[in-house]
Amino acid sequence: MTQATLLLAEHDNSELAPSTYATVTAAVAMGGAIDILVAGDGCAGVASTAAAIPGIRRVQLAEAEALRHPLAEQLAALVLDLAPEYTHLVAPATTFGKNVLPRIAALLDSQQVSDIVAVESHDTFIRPIYAGNALATVRSTDGKKVITVRPTAFERADSHGGEAAITAIDVPELPPLSTFVDEDLNQSDRPQLDSARIVVSGGRGLGSGENFRIIEELADLLNGAVGASRAAVDAGYVPNDYQVGQTGKVVAPDLYIAVGISGAIQHLAGMAGSKVIVAINKDEEAPIFEVADYGLVGDLFTIVPELVEAIRASR
Amino acid sequence: MKILVAAKRVVDYNVKVRVRSDHSGVETANVKMSMNPFDEIAVEEAIRFKEAGHGDEVVVASIGPRQCEEVLRTALAMGADRGVLVRSDAALEPLAVARLLGVLAEREKSDLILLGKQAIDDDANQTGQMLAALLGWAQGTFACRLEAVQDGLRVTREIDGGLETLFMPLPAVVTADLRLNEPRYPKLPNIMKAKKKPLETLDGDSLGVDISPRLHTLRVSAPEPRKGGVRVTDVAELVDRLRNEAKVL
Ligand SMILES: Cc1cc2nc3c(=O)[nH]c(=O)nc-3n(C[C@H](O)[C@H](O)[C@H](O)COP(=O)(O)OP(=O)(O)OC[C@H]3O[C@@H](n4cnc5c(N)ncnc54)[C@H](O)[C@@H]3O)c2cc1C
Ligand SMILES: Nc1ncnc2c1ncn2[C@@H]1O[C@H](COP(=O)(O)O)[C@@H](O)[C@H]1O
Repeated sequence: MTQATLLLAEHDNSELAPSTYATVTAAVAMGGAIDILVAGDGCAGVASTAAAIPGIRRVQLAEAEALRHPLAEQLAALVLDLAPEYTHLVAPATTFGKNVLPRIAALLDSQQVSDIVAVESHDTFIRPIYAGNALATVRSTDGKKVITVRPTAFERADSHGGEAAITAIDVPELPPLSTFVDEDLNQSDRPQLDSARIVVSGGRGLGSGENFRIIEELADLLNGAVGASRAAVDAGYVPNDYQVGQTGKVVAPDLYIAVGISGAIQHLAGMAGSKVIVAINKDEEAPIFEVADYGLVGDLFTIVPELVEAIRASR
Repeated sequence: MKILVAAKRVVDYNVKVRVRSDHSGVETANVKMSMNPFDEIAVEEAIRFKEAGHGDEVVVASIGPRQCEEVLRTALAMGADRGVLVRSDAALEPLAVARLLGVLAEREKSDLILLGKQAIDDDANQTGQMLAALLGWAQGTFACRLEAVQDGLRVTREIDGGLETLFMPLPAVVTADLRLNEPRYPKLPNIMKAKKKPLETLDGDSLGVDISPRLHTLRVSAPEPRKGGVRVTDVAELVDRLRNEAKVL
Protein backbone atom coordinates (compact mmCIF):
# COMPACT_ATOMS: atom_id res chain seq x y z
CA MET A 1 0.00 0.00 0.00
CA THR A 2 1.41 3.39 -0.91
CA GLN A 3 1.91 5.73 1.97
CA ALA A 4 -0.88 8.24 2.59
CA THR A 5 -1.86 10.28 5.63
CA LEU A 6 -5.28 11.38 6.78
CA LEU A 7 -4.94 14.45 9.00
CA LEU A 8 -7.85 15.38 11.25
CA ALA A 9 -8.22 19.14 11.16
CA GLU A 10 -8.99 20.98 14.36
CA HIS A 11 -11.37 23.89 13.79
CA ASP A 12 -14.49 25.57 15.16
CA ASN A 13 -16.50 25.45 11.91
CA SER A 14 -15.24 28.90 10.98
CA GLU A 15 -11.49 28.88 11.46
CA LEU A 16 -8.71 26.34 11.16
CA ALA A 17 -6.81 26.09 14.46
CA PRO A 18 -3.05 26.90 14.47
CA SER A 19 -2.47 23.35 15.77
CA THR A 20 -3.61 22.01 12.41
CA TYR A 21 -0.84 23.89 10.56
CA ALA A 22 1.83 22.51 12.89
CA THR A 23 0.44 19.00 12.45
CA VAL A 24 0.74 19.38 8.67
CA THR A 25 4.47 20.04 9.09
CA ALA A 26 4.86 16.82 11.06
CA ALA A 27 2.85 14.89 8.46
CA VAL A 28 5.07 16.25 5.67
CA ALA A 29 8.12 14.95 7.56
CA MET A 30 6.57 11.47 7.64
CA GLY A 31 6.36 11.47 3.83
CA GLY A 32 3.66 10.32 1.41
CA ALA A 33 0.49 12.06 0.26
CA ILE A 34 -1.51 14.08 2.78
CA ASP A 35 -5.28 14.49 2.85
CA ILE A 36 -6.98 16.71 5.42
CA LEU A 37 -10.36 15.78 6.88
CA VAL A 38 -12.54 18.74 7.76
CA ALA A 39 -15.54 17.34 9.64
CA GLY A 40 -18.12 19.69 11.04
CA ASP A 41 -21.23 21.65 10.22
CA GLY A 42 -21.22 24.64 7.91
CA CYS A 43 -17.46 24.37 7.62
CA ALA A 44 -16.93 24.64 3.84
CA GLY A 45 -14.91 27.81 4.47
CA VAL A 46 -12.54 25.88 6.70
CA ALA A 47 -12.10 23.32 3.91
CA SER A 48 -11.10 26.12 1.50
CA THR A 49 -8.58 27.41 4.02
CA ALA A 50 -7.13 23.92 4.41
CA ALA A 51 -6.95 23.47 0.63
CA ALA A 52 -4.64 26.50 0.42
CA ILE A 53 -1.94 24.86 2.55
CA PRO A 54 0.92 23.83 0.22
CA GLY A 55 1.61 20.11 -0.06
CA ILE A 56 -1.92 18.85 0.54
CA ARG A 57 -3.30 16.36 -2.01
CA ARG A 58 -6.98 16.57 -1.12
CA VAL A 59 -9.36 17.96 1.47
CA GLN A 60 -12.17 15.66 2.53
CA LEU A 61 -15.16 17.67 3.66
CA ALA A 62 -17.75 15.96 5.86
CA GLU A 63 -20.67 18.14 6.85
CA ALA A 64 -23.56 17.11 9.07
CA GLU A 65 -25.43 18.62 11.97
CA ALA A 66 -24.27 15.74 14.14
CA LEU A 67 -20.68 16.84 13.51
CA ARG A 68 -21.18 20.42 14.74
CA HIS A 69 -19.28 19.55 17.92
CA PRO A 70 -16.35 17.15 17.67
CA LEU A 71 -17.74 14.19 19.61
CA ALA A 72 -15.29 11.32 19.74
CA GLU A 73 -17.78 8.54 19.06
CA GLN A 74 -19.08 10.15 15.90
CA LEU A 75 -15.78 11.34 14.52
CA ALA A 76 -14.29 7.90 15.11
CA ALA A 77 -17.12 6.26 13.17
CA LEU A 78 -16.59 8.70 10.31
CA VAL A 79 -12.82 8.23 10.19
CA LEU A 80 -13.12 4.46 10.39
CA ASP A 81 -15.03 4.57 7.12
CA LEU A 82 -12.19 6.48 5.45
CA ALA A 83 -9.30 4.62 7.07
CA PRO A 84 -8.80 1.78 4.55
CA GLU A 85 -7.17 4.23 2.10
CA TYR A 86 -4.56 5.43 4.57
CA THR A 87 -1.36 4.22 6.22
CA HIS A 88 -1.14 7.13 8.67
CA LEU A 89 -3.78 8.90 10.76
CA VAL A 90 -2.64 12.04 12.53
CA ALA A 91 -4.15 14.78 14.67
CA PRO A 92 -2.82 17.52 16.95
CA ALA A 93 -2.19 16.50 20.58
CA THR A 94 -4.69 19.06 21.85
CA THR A 95 -7.81 18.17 23.84
CA PHE A 96 -9.47 17.67 20.44
CA GLY A 97 -6.99 15.11 19.12
CA LYS A 98 -6.29 13.47 22.49
CA ASN A 99 -9.99 12.76 22.86
CA VAL A 100 -10.75 11.26 19.48
CA LEU A 101 -7.60 9.67 18.09
CA PRO A 102 -7.08 6.86 20.65
CA ARG A 103 -10.66 5.77 19.99
CA ILE A 104 -9.82 5.45 16.32
CA ALA A 105 -6.53 3.69 17.06
CA ALA A 106 -8.24 1.00 19.15
CA LEU A 107 -10.83 0.36 16.44
CA LEU A 108 -7.98 -0.05 13.93
CA ASP A 109 -6.07 -2.37 16.28
CA SER A 110 -3.20 0.12 16.37
CA GLN A 111 -1.11 1.31 19.31
CA GLN A 112 -1.15 5.10 19.04
CA VAL A 113 2.05 7.09 19.43
CA SER A 114 1.07 10.12 21.52
CA ASP A 115 2.34 13.68 21.50
CA ILE A 116 5.36 13.33 19.22
CA VAL A 117 7.94 16.14 19.17
CA ALA A 118 10.05 14.88 16.26
CA VAL A 119 9.73 12.64 13.21
CA GLU A 120 12.68 10.35 12.45
CA SER A 121 11.04 8.49 9.57
CA HIS A 122 7.64 7.22 8.43
CA ASP A 123 7.49 4.82 11.39
CA THR A 124 9.86 6.24 14.00
CA PHE A 125 9.08 9.15 16.29
CA ILE A 126 10.37 10.90 19.41
CA ARG A 127 8.03 11.59 22.30
CA PRO A 128 8.48 12.91 25.84
CA ILE A 129 7.67 10.64 28.79
CA TYR A 130 7.75 11.25 32.56
CA ALA A 131 6.72 14.90 32.23
CA GLY A 132 9.48 15.53 29.71
CA ASN A 133 12.22 14.16 31.97
CA ALA A 134 13.02 11.65 29.23
CA LEU A 135 12.62 11.43 25.47
CA ALA A 136 11.72 8.06 23.96
CA THR A 137 12.45 7.15 20.35
CA VAL A 138 9.81 4.62 19.32
CA ARG A 139 9.15 2.64 16.17
CA SER A 140 5.61 1.61 15.38
CA THR A 141 5.16 -1.89 13.94
CA ASP A 142 1.44 -1.45 13.29
CA GLY A 143 0.08 -1.55 9.75
CA LYS A 144 -1.66 1.75 10.38
CA LYS A 145 0.27 4.37 12.30
CA VAL A 146 -1.91 6.53 14.51
CA ILE A 147 -0.10 9.59 15.82
CA THR A 148 -0.83 12.75 17.77
CA VAL A 149 1.52 15.68 17.26
CA ARG A 150 2.63 18.25 19.83
CA PRO A 151 1.88 21.50 17.95
CA THR A 152 4.55 23.63 19.64
CA ALA A 153 7.29 21.22 18.52
CA PHE A 154 6.72 21.92 14.81
CA GLU A 155 6.74 25.09 12.74
CA ARG A 156 3.38 25.99 11.28
CA ALA A 157 2.91 25.15 7.61
CA ASP A 158 2.30 28.01 5.18
CA SER A 159 -1.30 29.05 4.78
CA HIS A 160 -1.09 30.05 1.12
CA GLY A 161 0.03 28.66 -2.18
CA GLY A 162 -1.68 25.27 -2.20
CA GLU A 163 -4.57 24.27 -4.43
CA ALA A 164 -5.82 20.95 -3.12
CA ALA A 165 -9.07 19.56 -4.47
CA ILE A 166 -12.00 19.51 -2.06
CA THR A 167 -14.13 16.36 -2.03
CA ALA A 168 -17.43 16.30 -0.20
CA ILE A 169 -17.96 12.92 1.40
CA ASP A 170 -21.16 11.16 2.41
CA VAL A 171 -21.50 11.05 6.14
CA PRO A 172 -22.47 7.56 7.30
CA GLU A 173 -24.96 6.96 10.08
CA LEU A 174 -23.24 7.99 13.32
CA PRO A 175 -23.61 6.23 16.66
CA PRO A 176 -25.93 8.09 19.05
CA LEU A 177 -23.74 7.68 22.13
CA SER A 178 -22.86 10.99 23.72
CA THR A 179 -24.63 14.22 22.87
CA PHE A 180 -23.59 17.82 23.30
CA VAL A 181 -25.35 19.75 26.07
CA ASP A 182 -23.54 23.08 26.31
CA GLU A 183 -20.19 24.78 26.52
CA ASP A 184 -18.64 27.58 28.47
CA LEU A 185 -15.79 29.07 26.48
CA ASN A 186 -13.55 31.81 27.79
CA GLN A 187 -14.04 34.94 25.75
CA SER A 188 -10.84 36.89 25.43
CA ASP A 189 -9.29 39.26 22.96
CA ARG A 190 -5.82 38.14 23.98
CA PRO A 191 -3.76 35.88 21.76
CA GLN A 192 -4.25 32.13 22.30
CA LEU A 193 -2.04 30.64 24.98
CA ASP A 194 -0.68 27.84 22.79
CA SER A 195 0.25 30.06 19.86
CA ALA A 196 1.17 33.42 21.43
CA ARG A 197 4.67 34.87 20.91
CA ILE A 198 4.80 36.03 24.53
CA VAL A 199 3.23 34.33 27.55
CA VAL A 200 3.02 35.78 31.07
CA SER A 201 2.08 33.18 33.69
CA GLY A 202 1.21 33.59 37.34
CA GLY A 203 1.33 31.11 40.18
CA ARG A 204 0.22 30.70 43.76
CA GLY A 205 2.42 33.68 44.62
CA LEU A 206 -0.27 35.96 43.18
CA GLY A 207 -2.47 35.16 46.15
CA SER A 208 -5.86 35.93 44.56
CA GLY A 209 -7.77 36.25 41.32
CA GLU A 210 -7.90 39.99 41.85
CA ASN A 211 -4.13 40.24 42.08
CA PHE A 212 -3.89 38.39 38.77
CA ARG A 213 -4.77 41.71 37.13
CA ILE A 214 -1.13 42.75 37.28
CA ILE A 215 -0.26 39.65 35.22
CA GLU A 216 -2.96 40.55 32.70
CA GLU A 217 -1.75 44.12 32.52
CA LEU A 218 1.78 42.99 31.72
CA ALA A 219 0.52 40.46 29.18
CA ASP A 220 -1.66 43.05 27.44
CA LEU A 221 1.17 45.53 27.27
CA LEU A 222 3.29 42.90 25.50
CA ASN A 223 0.37 41.65 23.40
CA GLY A 224 0.88 38.29 25.08
CA ALA A 225 -1.26 35.49 26.45
CA VAL A 226 -1.92 34.75 30.12
CA GLY A 227 -1.03 31.39 31.63
CA ALA A 228 -0.96 29.92 35.11
CA SER A 229 0.37 27.13 37.29
CA ARG A 230 -1.90 24.38 38.50
CA ALA A 231 -1.87 25.86 41.99
CA ALA A 232 -3.24 29.17 40.67
CA VAL A 233 -5.95 27.37 38.71
CA ASP A 234 -6.91 25.08 41.57
CA ALA A 235 -7.20 28.09 43.85
CA GLY A 236 -9.67 29.58 41.38
CA TYR A 237 -7.61 32.64 40.43
CA VAL A 238 -8.07 31.92 36.70
CA PRO A 239 -10.00 29.47 34.47
CA ASN A 240 -8.86 25.86 34.07
CA ASP A 241 -7.61 26.15 30.54
CA TYR A 242 -4.94 28.67 31.57
CA GLN A 243 -2.95 25.82 33.11
CA VAL A 244 0.50 25.30 31.60
CA GLY A 245 2.23 21.99 32.23
CA GLN A 246 2.43 18.24 31.94
CA THR A 247 -1.32 17.93 32.18
CA GLY A 248 -2.32 21.34 30.92
CA LYS A 249 -1.15 23.21 27.85
CA VAL A 250 2.30 22.99 26.38
CA VAL A 251 3.61 26.36 25.24
CA ALA A 252 6.81 27.39 23.49
CA PRO A 253 6.73 31.16 23.01
CA ASP A 254 9.68 33.43 22.24
CA LEU A 255 9.34 34.85 25.75
CA TYR A 256 7.84 33.17 28.83
CA ILE A 257 7.60 35.19 32.04
CA ALA A 258 6.91 33.08 35.15
CA VAL A 259 5.71 35.17 38.09
CA GLY A 260 5.31 33.68 41.56
CA ILE A 261 5.72 30.16 40.21
CA SER A 262 8.10 27.77 42.00
CA GLY A 263 8.93 25.64 38.96
CA ALA A 264 7.65 22.15 39.77
CA ILE A 265 8.64 19.55 37.20
CA GLN A 266 5.00 19.30 36.07
CA HIS A 267 5.00 23.01 35.29
CA LEU A 268 8.39 22.94 33.55
CA ALA A 269 7.07 20.17 31.27
CA GLY A 270 4.75 22.73 29.73
CA MET A 271 7.12 25.63 29.18
CA ALA A 272 10.74 24.47 29.12
CA GLY A 273 10.68 24.65 25.31
CA SER A 274 10.26 28.44 25.39
CA LYS A 275 13.06 30.42 23.70
CA VAL A 276 13.65 32.88 26.53
CA ILE A 277 12.45 32.33 30.09
CA VAL A 278 12.19 35.02 32.75
CA ALA A 279 11.50 34.11 36.38
CA ILE A 280 10.32 36.52 39.05
CA ASN A 281 10.21 34.96 42.52
CA LYS A 282 11.02 36.07 46.05
CA ASP A 283 12.64 32.73 46.89
CA GLU A 284 16.13 32.67 45.40
CA GLU A 285 16.21 28.88 45.79
CA ALA A 286 13.06 28.35 43.68
CA PRO A 287 13.72 25.67 41.01
CA ILE A 288 12.27 27.92 38.31
CA PHE A 289 15.60 29.82 38.37
CA GLU A 290 17.39 26.69 37.12
CA VAL A 291 15.63 26.96 33.77
CA ALA A 292 15.36 30.74 33.59
CA ASP A 293 17.58 32.74 31.24
CA TYR A 294 16.94 35.82 33.36
CA GLY A 295 16.06 35.52 37.02
CA LEU A 296 14.96 38.39 39.22
CA VAL A 297 14.66 37.73 42.95
CA GLY A 298 12.14 39.90 44.77
CA ASP A 299 8.54 40.63 45.58
CA LEU A 300 6.36 40.31 42.53
CA PHE A 301 3.98 42.98 43.80
CA THR A 302 6.78 45.53 43.50
CA ILE A 303 8.57 44.09 40.47
CA VAL A 304 5.66 43.52 38.08
CA PRO A 305 4.25 47.08 38.31
CA GLU A 306 7.82 48.41 37.95
CA LEU A 307 8.29 46.25 34.88
CA VAL A 308 5.06 47.55 33.35
CA GLU A 309 6.23 51.14 33.98
CA ALA A 310 9.69 50.51 32.58
CA ILE A 311 8.39 48.94 29.39
CA ARG A 312 5.87 51.74 28.93
CA ALA A 313 8.48 54.41 29.54
CA SER A 314 10.92 52.90 27.07
CA ARG A 315 8.50 52.91 24.15
CA MET B 1 -24.81 0.75 39.25
CA LYS B 2 -21.54 -1.21 39.27
CA ILE B 3 -18.46 0.93 39.05
CA LEU B 4 -15.04 -0.22 37.94
CA VAL B 5 -11.98 1.97 38.51
CA ALA B 6 -8.55 1.46 36.93
CA ALA B 7 -5.53 2.37 39.04
CA LYS B 8 -1.97 2.22 37.79
CA ARG B 9 1.16 1.92 39.88
CA VAL B 10 3.65 4.55 38.71
CA VAL B 11 6.84 6.28 39.83
CA ASP B 12 5.75 8.82 42.46
CA TYR B 13 5.19 12.27 41.03
CA ASN B 14 7.78 13.79 43.37
CA VAL B 15 10.60 11.61 42.05
CA LYS B 16 12.90 13.15 39.49
CA VAL B 17 13.49 10.21 37.20
CA ARG B 18 16.88 9.45 35.69
CA VAL B 19 17.55 7.99 32.29
CA ARG B 20 19.61 4.77 32.39
CA SER B 21 23.09 5.17 31.07
CA ASP B 22 22.52 2.46 28.42
CA HIS B 23 19.50 4.45 27.12
CA SER B 24 17.17 1.48 27.60
CA GLY B 25 14.69 3.37 29.76
CA VAL B 26 14.45 5.26 33.05
CA GLU B 27 15.75 4.00 36.37
CA THR B 28 12.87 2.48 38.34
CA ALA B 29 14.82 0.33 40.81
CA ASN B 30 14.63 1.64 44.39
CA VAL B 31 12.37 4.46 43.37
CA LYS B 32 9.23 5.39 45.31
CA MET B 33 6.09 4.13 43.58
CA SER B 34 2.49 5.30 44.13
CA MET B 35 -0.93 5.27 42.63
CA ASN B 36 -1.13 7.46 39.53
CA PRO B 37 -2.50 10.80 40.85
CA PHE B 38 -5.31 10.92 38.29
CA ASP B 39 -6.40 7.45 39.38
CA GLU B 40 -6.70 8.60 42.99
CA ILE B 41 -9.15 11.17 41.67
CA ALA B 42 -11.02 8.45 39.75
CA VAL B 43 -11.20 6.24 42.86
CA GLU B 44 -12.44 9.19 44.93
CA GLU B 45 -15.15 9.99 42.40
CA ALA B 46 -16.33 6.38 42.32
CA ILE B 47 -16.60 6.33 46.11
CA ARG B 48 -18.49 9.62 46.15
CA PHE B 49 -20.88 8.24 43.55
CA LYS B 50 -21.57 5.28 45.75
CA GLU B 51 -21.91 7.45 48.85
CA ALA B 52 -24.46 9.60 47.01
CA GLY B 53 -26.52 6.49 46.38
CA HIS B 54 -25.70 6.10 42.68
CA GLY B 55 -23.41 3.10 42.90
CA ASP B 56 -23.83 -0.33 44.47
CA GLU B 57 -20.24 -1.48 44.39
CA VAL B 58 -16.84 0.00 43.60
CA VAL B 59 -14.33 -2.47 42.19
CA VAL B 60 -10.79 -1.26 41.61
CA ALA B 61 -8.42 -2.95 39.17
CA SER B 62 -4.70 -2.66 38.67
CA ILE B 63 -2.67 -4.36 35.99
CA GLY B 64 0.99 -5.18 36.47
CA PRO B 65 3.35 -6.95 38.85
CA ARG B 66 2.53 -8.24 42.34
CA GLN B 67 3.43 -4.88 43.94
CA CYS B 68 0.31 -3.32 42.39
CA GLU B 69 -1.45 -4.81 45.40
CA GLU B 70 -0.22 -1.77 47.36
CA VAL B 71 -2.10 0.50 45.00
CA LEU B 72 -5.21 -1.63 45.38
CA ARG B 73 -4.92 -1.58 49.19
CA THR B 74 -4.73 2.22 49.08
CA ALA B 75 -7.92 2.33 47.01
CA LEU B 76 -9.61 -0.10 49.41
CA ALA B 77 -8.56 2.06 52.35
CA MET B 78 -10.10 5.08 50.59
CA GLY B 79 -13.37 3.16 50.41
CA ALA B 80 -13.46 0.86 47.37
CA ASP B 81 -15.20 -2.46 48.06
CA ARG B 82 -13.09 -4.96 46.21
CA GLY B 83 -9.78 -5.17 44.36
CA VAL B 84 -8.68 -7.12 41.30
CA LEU B 85 -5.03 -7.51 40.41
CA VAL B 86 -4.40 -8.61 36.84
CA ARG B 87 -0.90 -9.92 37.14
CA SER B 88 1.51 -9.39 34.33
CA ASP B 89 5.23 -8.78 34.38
CA ALA B 90 5.26 -7.67 30.75
CA ALA B 91 5.62 -4.02 29.76
CA LEU B 92 2.05 -3.25 28.73
CA GLU B 93 0.99 -0.63 26.23
CA PRO B 94 -2.32 1.27 26.55
CA LEU B 95 -4.04 -0.89 23.90
CA ALA B 96 -3.16 -4.07 25.85
CA VAL B 97 -4.32 -2.49 29.12
CA ALA B 98 -7.58 -1.40 27.47
CA ARG B 99 -8.15 -4.96 26.22
CA LEU B 100 -7.55 -6.45 29.68
CA LEU B 101 -9.84 -3.87 31.29
CA GLY B 102 -12.46 -4.70 28.66
CA VAL B 103 -12.43 -8.35 29.71
CA LEU B 104 -12.76 -7.29 33.36
CA ALA B 105 -15.66 -4.95 32.57
CA GLU B 106 -17.57 -7.79 30.94
CA ARG B 107 -16.80 -10.14 33.79
CA GLU B 108 -17.87 -7.56 36.37
CA LYS B 109 -20.87 -6.35 34.35
CA SER B 110 -19.73 -2.79 34.99
CA ASP B 111 -22.02 0.13 34.15
CA LEU B 112 -19.46 2.86 34.62
CA ILE B 113 -15.68 2.69 34.31
CA LEU B 114 -13.53 5.45 35.73
CA LEU B 115 -9.89 5.93 34.77
CA GLY B 116 -7.34 8.69 35.07
CA LYS B 117 -6.98 10.86 31.98
CA GLN B 118 -3.27 10.10 31.79
CA ALA B 119 -0.64 7.98 33.47
CA ILE B 120 2.21 10.23 34.58
CA ASP B 121 4.89 7.75 33.46
CA ASP B 122 4.04 7.11 29.80
CA ASP B 123 1.94 10.32 29.49
CA ALA B 124 -0.04 8.45 26.82
CA ASN B 125 -3.58 9.67 27.56
CA GLN B 126 -5.14 6.81 25.58
CA THR B 127 -6.40 3.94 27.72
CA GLY B 128 -9.89 5.24 28.58
CA GLN B 129 -10.65 6.26 25.01
CA MET B 130 -9.44 2.87 23.73
CA LEU B 131 -11.46 0.98 26.31
CA ALA B 132 -14.62 2.91 25.36
CA ALA B 133 -13.96 2.10 21.71
CA LEU B 134 -13.42 -1.63 22.29
CA LEU B 135 -16.61 -1.87 24.34
CA GLY B 136 -18.58 0.36 21.97
CA TRP B 137 -19.48 2.66 24.86
CA ALA B 138 -19.73 6.42 25.19
CA GLN B 139 -16.67 8.27 26.50
CA GLY B 140 -16.37 11.33 28.69
CA THR B 141 -12.71 12.30 28.82
CA PHE B 142 -10.92 14.93 30.96
CA ALA B 143 -13.90 15.20 33.30
CA CYS B 144 -14.01 17.96 35.92
CA ARG B 145 -17.65 17.33 36.92
CA LEU B 146 -19.76 14.20 36.88
CA GLU B 147 -23.47 14.09 37.59
CA ALA B 148 -25.88 11.16 37.59
CA VAL B 149 -29.04 12.14 35.75
CA GLN B 150 -32.05 10.29 34.44
CA ASP B 151 -30.87 7.47 32.14
CA GLY B 152 -27.24 8.44 32.16
CA LEU B 153 -24.52 10.90 33.01
CA ARG B 154 -23.74 14.51 32.53
CA VAL B 155 -20.01 14.96 32.09
CA THR B 156 -18.33 18.37 32.09
CA ARG B 157 -14.99 18.22 30.30
CA GLU B 158 -11.92 20.44 30.40
CA ILE B 159 -11.20 21.41 26.82
CA ASP B 160 -8.88 23.95 25.23
CA GLY B 161 -10.76 27.20 25.49
CA GLY B 162 -13.02 26.31 28.40
CA LEU B 163 -15.54 23.68 29.43
CA GLU B 164 -17.91 21.42 27.52
CA THR B 165 -20.82 19.42 28.93
CA LEU B 166 -22.03 16.19 27.35
CA PHE B 167 -24.85 13.81 28.13
CA MET B 168 -24.17 10.13 27.74
CA PRO B 169 -26.18 6.98 28.32
CA LEU B 170 -24.77 4.20 30.46
CA PRO B 171 -22.67 2.14 30.21
CA ALA B 172 -19.90 4.69 29.77
CA VAL B 173 -16.20 5.32 30.31
CA VAL B 174 -15.10 8.50 32.09
CA THR B 175 -11.53 9.74 32.55
CA ALA B 176 -10.71 12.06 35.43
CA ASP B 177 -8.99 15.42 35.13
CA LEU B 178 -7.30 17.18 38.06
CA ARG B 179 -10.26 19.26 39.16
CA LEU B 180 -12.88 16.52 39.38
CA ASN B 181 -12.38 16.33 43.16
CA GLU B 182 -9.79 16.30 45.89
CA PRO B 183 -9.02 12.73 46.93
CA ARG B 184 -9.32 11.89 50.63
CA TYR B 185 -6.45 10.57 52.70
CA PRO B 186 -7.22 7.09 54.01
CA LYS B 187 -7.68 7.12 57.80
CA LEU B 188 -5.79 4.63 59.94
CA PRO B 189 -8.81 2.49 60.92
CA ASN B 190 -9.75 2.28 57.24
CA ILE B 191 -6.24 1.22 56.35
CA MET B 192 -6.61 -1.61 58.87
CA LYS B 193 -10.04 -2.53 57.52
CA ALA B 194 -8.75 -2.51 53.96
CA LYS B 195 -6.43 -5.40 54.78
CA LYS B 196 -9.50 -7.59 55.18
CA LYS B 197 -11.31 -6.49 52.04
CA PRO B 198 -11.39 -9.00 49.15
CA LEU B 199 -8.51 -8.81 46.70
CA GLU B 200 -8.51 -11.26 43.84
CA THR B 201 -5.58 -12.03 41.55
CA LEU B 202 -5.97 -13.01 37.91
CA ASP B 203 -3.23 -14.13 35.57
CA GLY B 204 -2.98 -11.57 32.77
CA ASP B 205 -1.65 -14.14 30.33
CA SER B 206 -4.66 -16.42 30.77
CA LEU B 207 -7.38 -13.96 29.84
CA GLY B 208 -7.10 -14.69 26.13
CA VAL B 209 -6.04 -11.17 25.24
CA ASP B 210 -3.36 -10.11 22.75
CA ILE B 211 -0.96 -8.05 24.86
CA SER B 212 2.02 -8.20 22.52
CA PRO B 213 3.88 -4.87 22.22
CA ARG B 214 3.42 -2.88 19.01
CA LEU B 215 6.01 -0.24 19.68
CA HIS B 216 9.77 -0.79 19.81
CA THR B 217 11.53 1.65 22.07
CA LEU B 218 14.82 2.22 20.31
CA ARG B 219 16.30 4.65 22.79
CA VAL B 220 15.45 6.72 25.83
CA SER B 221 17.53 9.82 26.38
CA ALA B 222 17.61 12.80 28.69
CA PRO B 223 16.44 16.08 27.18
CA GLU B 224 19.05 18.69 26.37
CA PRO B 225 19.45 20.70 29.60
CA ARG B 226 18.85 24.44 29.33
CA LYS B 227 21.97 26.52 29.60
CA GLY B 228 22.29 28.27 32.92
CA GLY B 229 20.98 31.81 32.88
CA VAL B 230 21.88 34.94 34.79
CA ARG B 231 20.44 36.76 37.77
CA VAL B 232 19.59 40.35 37.02
CA THR B 233 19.74 42.92 39.78
CA ASP B 234 16.72 45.02 38.95
CA VAL B 235 13.91 45.75 36.51
CA ALA B 236 16.02 48.18 34.49
CA GLU B 237 18.65 45.51 33.80
CA LEU B 238 15.94 42.97 32.94
CA VAL B 239 14.32 45.26 30.38
CA ASP B 240 17.68 46.18 28.91
CA ARG B 241 18.72 42.56 28.50
CA LEU B 242 15.38 41.46 27.08
CA ARG B 243 15.57 44.25 24.54
CA ASN B 244 19.23 44.32 23.56
CA GLU B 245 20.55 40.83 24.34
CA ALA B 246 17.61 38.45 23.89
CA LYS B 247 15.82 40.79 21.48
CA VAL B 248 12.36 39.64 22.52
CA LEU B 249 10.84 42.98 23.53
C1 LIG C 1 -0.51 14.66 38.48
C2 LIG C 1 -0.07 16.06 38.62
C3 LIG C 1 -0.11 16.88 37.52
C4 LIG C 1 0.27 18.21 37.62
N1 LIG C 1 0.22 18.99 36.49
C5 LIG C 1 0.60 20.28 36.58
C6 LIG C 1 0.58 21.13 35.43
O1 LIG C 1 0.20 20.72 34.34
N2 LIG C 1 0.98 22.41 35.58
C7 LIG C 1 1.41 22.93 36.78
O2 LIG C 1 1.76 24.11 36.85
N3 LIG C 1 1.45 22.14 37.87
C8 LIG C 1 1.04 20.84 37.81
N4 LIG C 1 1.06 20.08 38.94
C9 LIG C 1 1.32 20.74 40.25
C10 LIG C 1 2.80 20.96 40.55
O3 LIG C 1 3.33 19.81 41.14
C11 LIG C 1 2.94 22.14 41.56
O4 LIG C 1 2.18 21.86 42.72
C12 LIG C 1 2.46 23.49 41.00
O5 LIG C 1 3.02 23.73 39.73
C13 LIG C 1 2.84 24.60 41.95
O6 LIG C 1 2.32 25.84 41.52
P1 LIG C 1 3.02 27.20 41.94
O7 LIG C 1 4.41 27.21 41.48
O8 LIG C 1 2.12 28.31 41.49
O9 LIG C 1 2.88 27.16 43.53
P2 LIG C 1 4.01 27.02 44.63
O10 LIG C 1 4.82 25.81 44.42
O11 LIG C 1 3.31 27.19 45.93
O12 LIG C 1 4.95 28.26 44.36
C14 LIG C 1 4.58 29.58 44.60
C15 LIG C 1 5.83 30.42 44.39
O13 LIG C 1 5.51 31.78 44.50
C16 LIG C 1 6.58 32.44 45.16
N5 LIG C 1 6.01 33.66 45.77
C17 LIG C 1 5.06 33.74 46.74
N6 LIG C 1 4.78 35.03 47.01
C18 LIG C 1 5.58 35.77 46.22
C19 LIG C 1 5.75 37.18 46.04
N7 LIG C 1 5.03 38.08 46.74
N8 LIG C 1 6.66 37.59 45.15
C20 LIG C 1 7.40 36.71 44.43
N9 LIG C 1 7.26 35.37 44.55
C21 LIG C 1 6.35 34.91 45.43
C22 LIG C 1 7.08 31.45 46.17
O14 LIG C 1 8.44 31.73 46.51
C23 LIG C 1 6.94 30.14 45.40
O15 LIG C 1 8.12 29.79 44.72
C24 LIG C 1 0.71 18.74 38.86
C25 LIG C 1 0.78 17.90 39.96
C26 LIG C 1 0.39 16.58 39.86
C27 LIG C 1 0.47 15.70 41.07
N1 LIG D 1 -1.42 -0.97 34.15
C1 LIG D 1 -2.56 -0.31 34.45
N2 LIG D 1 -3.35 -0.73 35.46
C2 LIG D 1 -4.50 -0.07 35.77
N3 LIG D 1 -4.92 1.01 35.12
C3 LIG D 1 -4.16 1.49 34.11
C4 LIG D 1 -2.95 0.86 33.72
N4 LIG D 1 -2.43 1.56 32.69
C5 LIG D 1 -3.27 2.60 32.46
N5 LIG D 1 -4.32 2.55 33.31
C6 LIG D 1 -5.47 3.50 33.39
O1 LIG D 1 -5.51 4.28 32.22
C7 LIG D 1 -5.33 5.67 32.52
C8 LIG D 1 -4.63 6.37 31.39
O2 LIG D 1 -3.34 5.82 31.15
P1 LIG D 1 -2.48 6.14 29.84
O3 LIG D 1 -3.39 5.93 28.68
O4 LIG D 1 -1.35 5.15 29.89
O5 LIG D 1 -2.00 7.56 29.98
C9 LIG D 1 -4.61 5.67 33.86
O6 LIG D 1 -4.84 6.88 34.55
C10 LIG D 1 -5.26 4.47 34.53
O7 LIG D 1 -6.54 4.80 35.06
